[in-house]
Amino acid sequence: MGIKDIAIKNLLRRKSKAAFILAGLVIGVATVVGVISFADTMTRDINHKLEKYGANILIVPRTNNLALTYGGMTLGGVSFEMEPIRHSQLARITTIKNAANLAAVGPITLGAVDFNGRAALLAGVDFDAAEILKPWWNRNGPAPTRNELQVGSEAAKLLGIDRGDQLVINGRTMVVSAILAPTGSQDDQLLFTTLSTAQAVLEKPDQVSMVEVAALCNACPVNEMVAQISEILPNAKVMAIQQVVKGRMETLAQFRKFSYGLSVVVVFIGGLVVLVTLMGSVRERTVEIGIFRAIGFRKGHIVRMIFIESGLISVMAGAVGYLAGIGAIWTGLRLFGSHGAVVVQLDPLLAAGAIAMALVIGLLASAYPAIMAARLDPNQALKTI
Amino acid sequence: MSLIVFDTVSKTYGRGASMVTALDGISFTIQSGEFVGIMGESGAGKSTLLSVMGAMNTPSNGRYLVEDMDVYALRQEQQADFRREFLGFVFQTFHLVPYLSVKENVMLPLITLKISNQLKEEMTMEALQWVGLETKANRLPNQLSGGECERVAVARAIVNNPPILLADEPTGNLDSRNSDEVMALLGRLNAGGTTVVMVTHSAACAAHAQRIITLSDGRLRHGNNALGMAAAVKAA
Repeated sequence: MGIKDIAIKNLLRRKSKAAFILAGLVIGVATVVGVISFADTMTRDINHKLEKYGANILIVPRTNNLALTYGGMTLGGVSFEMEPIRHSQLARITTIKNAANLAAVGPITLGAVDFNGRAALLAGVDFDAAEILKPWWNRNGPAPTRNELQVGSEAAKLLGIDRGDQLVINGRTMVVSAILAPTGSQDDQLLFTTLSTAQAVLEKPDQVSMVEVAALCNACPVNEMVAQISEILPNAKVMAIQQVVKGRMETLAQFRKFSYGLSVVVVFIGGLVVLVTLMGSVRERTVEIGIFRAIGFRKGHIVRMIFIESGLISVMAGAVGYLAGIGAIWTGLRLFGSHGAVVVQLDPLLAAGAIAMALVIGLLASAYPAIMAARLDPNQALKTI
Repeated sequence: MSLIVFDTVSKTYGRGASMVTALDGISFTIQSGEFVGIMGESGAGKSTLLSVMGAMNTPSNGRYLVEDMDVYALRQEQQADFRREFLGFVFQTFHLVPYLSVKENVMLPLITLKISNQLKEEMTMEALQWVGLETKANRLPNQLSGGECERVAVARAIVNNPPILLADEPTGNLDSRNSDEVMALLGRLNAGGTTVVMVTHSAACAAHAQRIITLSDGRLRHGNNALGMAAAVKAA
């Protein structure tokens, strides 16, 4: 038998006190694990959503014109009198080093058209790529094929266009296959058709005004892919859409700061629970500690005994707290989050960190009670009945 | 050379008007192998004397020597080592650890020693056999009678073969039969060479001692065999 055995037997004897200390630490650890896991899970989920849906790289022709905006994003030198990008050049994009990170490449050919004496903006797009690049598009009919149109909601209202209408655009008869539901963006004011139809109507064969690219950049920086595309398209200007990247990062950073602050408070309270409970325990064990000191235990032996007790509980609290935190997030996301879409991952590093954190907090919180116990005067202690 | 030397030891508590003198210039010696009884009325300073001898109560003045070693000149941790190596304690209220078995209670003084577990086990069982409780090694203290608890306390006190045994009213909570058994144990210990110093109110227990030290108001009244014994028995 050693000091460790005395510590274990004392824990087993005072199960309710041990459970109370355990609960205090478990709540603290579970909170930290929960918020870290939640932040990581949300980060992965948001990255997945943002990178899969919507463009985060823009390719425009090199121009010295003033910047215009499209969809609230800075486009650089976009105008209607620019040297276009060749459609045939775009195949090179699939040859870059990080081609596997490309979710969609969406060329757009833009041009002004005349409709019943009124000017409108016609955009030729790849509707397959648009499924990924513009997932918010909601239309009341099928995607246009050759010589068919998809009309933005505001354009349809202003021009008096309905689904099924036949329009003559630059001398070409086109049928409206669908009206786009309001998107709140410039798309509401445009007429959309297939890329080849637009190039024919606008007399811009093999010409592309801009290219939207959706890159999956959870594992690689967007800027690397921008550099790779720039290298193979020297006559184009390639940009990362910084607003999207920055906005995402700032939101997550704010959430993380709040989460960590909350976790510190909860962990501190858990530590206080350990401190107060152990101090009460030491007072209860005054005679017992007096016996130990009377028969020759040094102060260091008493301190070691208290530390072993709190250490054992702390390690257990770390493991239980980790599982409780993961379990809480898993349950919460199932109940309140995206159905089945978000996956909470078990992280061995986080588990080890949780146990280490619980151990450090438990030992720190038990330092004062341990010193208090060691300083008990055995003569006074044995007089306590 | 005397085993134990008390050299004008005084112990006071408090200060100024509230100061209480528990021991007042006590001087005596105890030879190795003696059985000494300490007697006196309540408040005479008996327990204080024993606690000073137990290296748990630093005197205000004077010296306490064991084998020529000034005990209170040692650092606190060295005093703990001294208690472990030189002293065995038997308390009136047993002071057994309630959640440890009889064997584990007896083994307590050996826990911090750097010896093998097997040797600890052997020494523990030997001590239990000596007090006749080897068959109750796995019982808890609350499963024993008062007399058995006191015998466990004696076993714990002797498990590491200390040269000095300090007993504070060892029969105070026992009936006469159990008192006799405990006193017989102490007598056997003393016969084996252990120096026994026992605080007692009981004349019957004091009769086992070879010498009685009598205290009154913190001062020594009687310190040698015959005179001390007779006066002490009369006072009780």
